[in-house]
Amino acid sequence: MIKAILVFNNHGKPRLSKFYQYFNEDMQQQIIKETFQLVSKRDDNVCNFLEGGSLIGGSDYKLIYRHYATLYFVFCVDSSESELGILDLIQVFVETLDKCFENVCELDLIFHVDKVHYILNELVMGGMVLETNMSEILTRIEEQNKLEKLEHNRLMSFRAPSNPSTPTPHRLGSNIFFFT
Amino acid sequence: MALRKVKGNLERMFDKNLTDLVRGIRNNKDNETKFIAQCIEEIKLELRQENISVKANAVAKLTYLQMMGYDVSWACFNVIEVMSSTKFTYKRIGYLAASQTFHPDTEVLMLTTNMVRKDLNSQSQYEAGLALSGLSCFISPDLARDLANDIMTLLSSTRPYLRKKAVLMMYKVFLRFPEALRPAFPRLKEKLEDPDSGVQSAAVNVVCELARKNPKNYLSLAPVFFKLMTTSTNNWMLIKIIKLFGALTPLEPRLGKKLIEPLTNLIHSTSAMSLLYECINTVIAVLISISSGMPNHSTSIQLCVQKLRILIEDSDQNLKYLGLLAMSKILKTHPKSVQSHKDLILQCLDDKDESIRLRALDLLYGMVSKKNLMEIVKKLMIHMDKAEGTSYRDELLSKIIEICSQNNYQHITNFEWYVSVLVELTRMEGTKHGPLVANQLLDVAIRVAAIRAFVVAQMALLLDNSHFITGFSQRASMCEVLFAAAWICGEFSEFLTDPKATLEALLRARVSTLPGHIQAVYVQNIMKLYGRILTSSGSDASMDEDMVAKAAVEEVSEMVAARLPSFVESSELEVQERASCALQLVKFVQKQLTKGQAAGLGAEIVSLFDGELNPVAPKAQKKVQVPEGLDLDEWINEPPPSESSDSEPEVQRPSLFATGNAENAYVESYQSSKPAELTQEEVQRNREARQQEQACNPNYLKGGGKLESKSGMFDVAEVPVAQLDLPVALKIPGLASSDHYLQKQKQTSSKKKVSTKKKKKSKKHKESSDEEELAAPLHVVNTDVGEMPEGATLSDGMDDDNNDLNDPHRALDVNLDEPLRAEETLPVRSHREAVKFEVTGEKKAKKKSSKKEEKVKKSKKQPIMMDLLQNGEHTNAPTEEPSNDFWLDHAEYEAMPDTSQSKLQVEENEKPKKKSSSKTKEKSKEKKKKKEKKVINEDSLVSSLAVEAPTFVPDLKQTMSNKDKNVLICTRPILTGSQLLISVEVNNTTTSPLRSAEISFSKNVELELIPDGLTTTEFGSYRFPQQFPPGCFTFPLLFNVANVNRAYSVKATLIFNLESYQDKIDLAVAVPATLFLKPAPISGSDFAEKLANGEMQHLSSRKFESSKSFQQALSYCLAYFYLVEQVGDTASLAAQNPQGRNVFLLIKSQGTSLSLDGKSDNQELIENVVQSLQTVLAV
Repeated sequence: MIKAILVFNNHGKPRLSKFYQYFNEDMQQQIIKETFQLVSKRDDNVCNFLEGGSLIGGSDYKLIYRHYATLYFVFCVDSSESELGILDLIQVFVETLDKCFENVCELDLIFHVDKVHYILNELVMGGMVLETNMSEILTRIEEQNKLEKLEHNRLMSFRAPSNPSTPTPHRLGSNIFFFT
Repeated sequence: MALRKVKGNLERMFDKNLTDLVRGIRNNKDNETKFIAQCIEEIKLELRQENISVKANAVAKLTYLQMMGYDVSWACFNVIEVMSSTKFTYKRIGYLAASQTFHPDTEVLMLTTNMVRKDLNSQSQYEAGLALSGLSCFISPDLARDLANDIMTLLSSTRPYLRKKAVLMMYKVFLRFPEALRPAFPRLKEKLEDPDSGVQSAAVNVVCELARKNPKNYLSLAPVFFKLMTTSTNNWMLIKIIKLFGALTPLEPRLGKKLIEPLTNLIHSTSAMSLLYECINTVIAVLISISSGMPNHSTSIQLCVQKLRILIEDSDQNLKYLGLLAMSKILKTHPKSVQSHKDLILQCLDDKDESIRLRALDLLYGMVSKKNLMEIVKKLMIHMDKAEGTSYRDELLSKIIEICSQNNYQHITNFEWYVSVLVELTRMEGTKHGPLVANQLLDVAIRVAAIRAFVVAQMALLLDNSHFITGFSQRASMCEVLFAAAWICGEFSEFLTDPKATLEALLRARVSTLPGHIQAVYVQNIMKLYGRILTSSGSDASMDEDMVAKAAVEEVSEMVAARLPSFVESSELEVQERASCALQLVKFVQKQLTKGQAAGLGAEIVSLFDGELNPVAPKAQKKVQVPEGLDLDEWINEPPPSESSDSEPEVQRPSLFATGNAENAYVESYQSSKPAELTQEEVQRNREARQQEQACNPNYLKGGGKLESKSGMFDVAEVPVAQLDLPVALKIPGLASSDHYLQKQKQTSSKKKVSTKKKKKSKKHKESSDEEELAAPLHVVNTDVGEMPEGATLSDGMDDDNNDLNDPHRALDVNLDEPLRAEETLPVRSHREAVKFEVTGEKKAKKKSSKKEEKVKKSKKQPIMMDLLQNGEHTNAPTEEPSNDFWLDHAEYEAMPDTSQSKLQVEENEKPKKKSSSKTKEKSKEKKKKKEKKVINEDSLVSSLAVEAPTFVPDLKQTMSNKDKNVLICTRPILTGSQLLISVEVNNTTTSPLRSAEISFSKNVELELIPDGLTTTEFGSYRFPQQFPPGCFTFPLLFNVANVNRAYSVKATLIFNLESYQDKIDLAVAVPATLFLKPAPISGSDFAEKLANGEMQHLSSRKFESSKSFQQALSYCLAYFYLVEQVGDTASLAAQNPQGRNVFLLIKSQGTSLSLDGKSDNQELIENVVQSLQTVLAV
């Protein structure tokens, strides 16, 4: 089981938090903080596994993370998950983000955290891996986006679509490497 | 209407959307909280509007704020509103918000049931999918119960997307509503063979999660999984299946044997590292479970180790980490094969990655031998000096101690070396393992008698230089070592070279800054040393004459008497008490000295601390039996009414007495006293206090003057120049250095090597014996397990009962192979009435209780079912499917059929094998029985608990009535102590009272009534003074029993006046001889011995036809007897009568007849007991 999925940047600012077990908001923030402290002090060339923090999990839990450009993707999982499998899953997640946002960068996650959630929902459900095949995931996302678009067109909207100003983004994709 | 809409949209133009919110937060970094507070106010306004799009926008913003750590649960109603929108866009926003903010205890959830149900049944698969995803995050027990059926329906949806999600959802339903598991399981099982691989994978995932906690219930699925494993190419699923097999194999070694081959094939063929790694892991699990009886498993081990080596050597740190992790699993069972890769593991100790170093440390445990221990420890010590993080340093410290102390110091050849290592460890800064080091010092000093002189010398030095340890606050936990040092010096004071100096060191005034429990030990050991000095100086007897000796003793007494008061003033009660006692004692000695009568006093003081302390076994404390009548939970004095909230919080003090695990209690109790979490404020306050203290303390070494201030005391030549550059700056001369021993060992070993080389030419075979010689320990270790309280034995598994009671998986531990009962269905959707809401709680409780009843029924049914099986009658289970046993045992079935042809073959094979499968069942049943027997032998105290609920309990109630049947009497004989009590319950169904009631007994010499509250009449009967009103009442009749070896029939007549006439009831109370017996717990061996030594010479045997089953007969006997042993349909029982006479009984069942063989040391007793049993059981 996956207990939590956290995405935060190099300064520990949360960009996505998904807890599959209930923690109140204060606890969630503490967990994010602790996880950041654990993960951020590690060099990039050390292994991607960490024996869990004190707040989340315990001896049975592991933190499995990947660091892309400015973002950390951390999965907190128990022993029923394969370590290397979860690393692959993070890769699939990031690649899917990359496809959906066309060269994903931190700003995409900042301004579209809802969409990131929708994408994640196609990968993981209730702490269990739902789908790992990227093309399947992408079709599902696109079909749902289409549904939204149809509704959107039917709505009379006065609003001009607002685009976030983009100051030199750090593309995550540039740092993606495939795991063998 | 149109105008309104336009107006709404116009308003919206000025609202912030999510993007605006995020941008605003980014632009207001300085006053973020203020900006967000303002936004929340706006959101509250937006939520009040009717326009759903405005609401959705507001909810989306709230979801973002939730991630920032703001509690948005106040908006849960609005979230539900947005969820219930018909637009997919808004619904999505609503469900997202719900999944982030709702949890099973959210109260509004009960409002969502129908809405979620509607969404689940939606035409659009994405709406249903959305509902499933959301529900998976916040499903509550009520929702699970109400929606289980709808989710079940989705399991057979035509869309794989929904099937997949529904399968995963079922797991969440099971967790919250365990009753759903059994009815839903067959469907879930079907999904394992779903045409869509995604659904298959999801089903595997769910079963794996279920089986992880309760593996035994899923063994029957092994064939299905085996097939999937050999046919599927989906690596995700394969990993899960292989992990599942890893959990199943410990339960079924035969499964492991079957798995080895396909797994090895996968290891050879796969290119996916993740799959390879999991295969290796499961192979290891298999090998552990079948560690014996596999001829060629060494090749599998070799393969694993070899592959792991490749992983560890890989440049990818992740693989290295996992490789080491898996290695440590092999290490437990096959240490030899790992040891051959020692080079690699030692290399990993130098890795830059801390996680990898930690994993390598774990492996080190199995790497050490007598030969390389010193070297490895040296290496770890160097690491420790280099280590930056305290946690890694702590880890290293505990590992050093762990590898050195394993198996009672098995690998240590030179304890002087080990003690010096420990002494060096005391100089480590900022570690939390002070208690561990102290514990080791104590343990070594106690267990290794030969080393005591050395330890004492070292400890005396430590005490003399205690400021090195107490001086730095970071070493706070290290001061525990002083505890050990003080105790060792005191206890083994005969080895002290200069007891007076050590005494002085103990008495030094600043010891009062130490923690209380250490001070207490100081006081105690001051007295030990004082006694030692008294006896040693001037050979005691001649003391009065020898003026020099007398002067010396007086001086010491003076010093002790002068310094002890500072202990008396300690804030710790324990210290105060001990110090006052000690002080009075010293003053007394002083008085005697001045009187010149001190001869022999020293010896007397020493005798206060006489006797050697031995190691105490772990768990010894737990095994101490609580004396009868002592209630540990009871208040000795009622606590005063609670004022604690106002009064200052109680300071947590370390307990002085061991609690729980005796051996580690010492460590535990001190750990608990550690300042757990200090707030910033406290830390600051502590720091200030410390600085002040340091400034005032002349003994505190300040900055640069470190060596200067001390140099006066030390011989300059003793300060080793070469060691100055070591990180441990301060050295105490005389303290042993572990390096010294390492060099020594190297020298001797190189010498030996030279000599062996010489010898090699002549006698090659001597080499090995030489190595052993080298490894021979210099000191003898007392490796006793330790002392235990009388009658207690060491046992494992005492700590196994710490399972988490809240784990939802406990409720999911149900038998899935049993056919479904009619009432086991999922609750079907029904219209709920408003009233029902209130009833649900009650209903639930009822449900639970009814479930319990079912369980009881089931357990009662079991033996009968077993009978059926034995008689060859078929139950459903074995005929429907080839049994698992068959699948596991059958060799030809091994290669999984890929073609239909082989499938046919299997089916053909199946038929004739049915018999054999039932045979194997019987076999396994026998095995089970054997297991049961084992359990009983292992711990006879537990066995009485393990007995099933009695199915036939003795009922000695007898009912009698008068002629008109309107007054009923119920009697019941009970044994109280050695007296017989017959409780008489009178049920007067008439409307008038019973008056002037009298009872008369037929004479019996051996049974004498105690007429308590009754008046005796002239006719020898007894009159009741009171009237008995209509209705029920009870009175006791108490008898003294002269002979407890026989059965009685108490005959009496109760005469009373009812209305206007006299009526009577004849009573006849049968008291069987067994009533006087009580179960007498006895161990199997004692039982056998008593039978063998001729004590129980009188025998009585009966054999008779009985309609009672063995279980029934046994359960009847167990009311009076203790079950010593049960093997199948034979049981040995033991009981005692009030006179302490033993009665042993062997009860056997053969077909429809029962045989009883009783033995006792009294003929009358055994005859009557067996007779009484027969009368009951022969019915």
